[in-house]
Amino acid sequence: MSGVDTGDTAWMLIATALVLLMTPALGLFYAGLVRSKNTLNTFMMCVAAIAVATVTWAAVGYSLAFDGDGALIGGLGNAFMSGVDFAPREEGTIPELLFFAFQGTFCIITVALISGAVVERMRFGAFLVFSALWSVLVYAVLAHWAFGGGWLIAGGTLDFAGGVPVEMASGFSALAAALVVGARKDYGRQALLPHNAMYVLLGAGLLWFGWFGFNGGSGFNTGTSSVLAFTNTLLCPATTLLVWFALDVIRGRKVTAIGAATAIIVGCVLITPAGGFISPGWAMLLGALGAIPSWGIIAYRTRTRVDETLDVLAAHGTAGFFGILFIGFFAQESWNGLSDGLFYGNAAQLWDQVLAALAAPAYAFVATFVLLKVIGAVMPLRTTEREEAGGLDVNQHGEEAYVTGEGAILLLPDDHEKVAVPVVDPG
Amino acid sequence: MKLVIGIVRPEQANQVLEALHRAEVRGFSMSRVQGHGGEMDRVETYRGTTVQMGLSEKVRFEVAVSDGFAQKTVDAICEGGRTGEVGDGKIFVVPLDHAVRIRTGDADEGAVTPVGK
Repeated sequence: MSGVDTGDTAWMLIATALVLLMTPALGLFYAGLVRSKNTLNTFMMCVAAIAVATVTWAAVGYSLAFDGDGALIGGLGNAFMSGVDFAPREEGTIPELLFFAFQGTFCIITVALISGAVVERMRFGAFLVFSALWSVLVYAVLAHWAFGGGWLIAGGTLDFAGGVPVEMASGFSALAAALVVGARKDYGRQALLPHNAMYVLLGAGLLWFGWFGFNGGSGFNTGTSSVLAFTNTLLCPATTLLVWFALDVIRGRKVTAIGAATAIIVGCVLITPAGGFISPGWAMLLGALGAIPSWGIIAYRTRTRVDETLDVLAAHGTAGFFGILFIGFFAQESWNGLSDGLFYGNAAQLWDQVLAALAAPAYAFVATFVLLKVIGAVMPLRTTEREEAGGLDVNQHGEEAYVTGEGAILLLPDDHEKVAVPVVDPG
Repeated sequence: MKLVIGIVRPEQANQVLEALHRAEVRGFSMSRVQGHGGEMDRVETYRGTTVQMGLSEKVRFEVAVSDGFAQKTVDAICEGGRTGEVGDGKIFVVPLDHAVRIRTGDADEGAVTPVGK
């Protein structure tokens, strides 16, 4: 196929698979952070994101994000993958079919990220509906603004791998979701502790691994900006980790493992928008400085009534915001070939970044708030208190993560029919 | 002396702890147990295997108290453990022959009275 570069295509095939891995990795990370009775439900929200967002992406999401140069929204020319085939997009060197898949994995992980705000109480069915609508009404719109020819990218905003549609969108949507769905019934009354720190660490490690595809693939080739973003994805989270260690020591005299896992995520988020635009040295500074606001918000948030359970706002919203603004100061044309930031004499770049840092959170928050209010008017968003107390694994899925098998009576297919199914005791 | 054994829902365990604290019952042990009472069984499916789960997770409190404290302890476990639904658990009070505090060798009433009382 003319215009297709085999090396670029090979790398992007791998990068796409790496990004898809991030969603189950996020499932592990989140599942470790909740109580054991909600392990499966928490992981299943990430699995659900893969199922739902892939289909909505193929149906209309991709088209609304990437068809045409409309200021606010793309067209429907590629709806149902019409015209998405082996030919590259304009100026691209990989088949559009692969570009579609790579971008689809971004939509999936973003939907999965929001689940962190509503775990341990949101109904699974309501989350499926929310995922479908959010992936189109919020993700596709913001992806169009930042990647697909919309007003931000056309105006000069630099966002390498998704500070706007992925990180700020998920973070500020998570805040709205936590406000609409409401706090867990035990929040603020009992200590609600992570049930498996090993899952959290393993999930964070796999997320970092996948992030090399996320950032390294966002140049869509094997050129300089991809290599820069790839290496910055190693450097930035490392300095975030070190600063996080220091902050932990100052507060509690001990470096915590779950803090370290969180720092890995925050570091990866910080470098996501900036990866291909800033030098390795600035990337290390970004990781170090950006740790501070996220750490502070996590420490502060638990003292509030807002049960944004797994701190998506602090880890993704805040760090994405910080990363987007950092580009405005320290972007360097000698590294990215596109534009300088304020520090190198181009104040206009900072203004473009400020626009994105204001518009994306505002749209994501308002749209998600309204969307959940509408869904909530049609169906209940939360499980009952009784179901919440018993755990969502049994109530929503009829399974347990840590089943012992003791006292379990095998039902043969014949007597299955005779047994009432009291998964939820009507009481 | 009495041994008060309270078997409650795991999700109510924290409320029971708080109620015991308010009743000034300071010494007790708790363990995770599985049990079956009058509650309906859960049906769960793991791939093709459908099972009826006959045992529910419960938390078992054991509190050794002097006679005068027995009713307060029972009341506290009831208050903390009750949701009003089938499956809230049971409390058993049994006589206790002898108790020893290992550190000091204190016996009986002295062993079940919290330090500093």
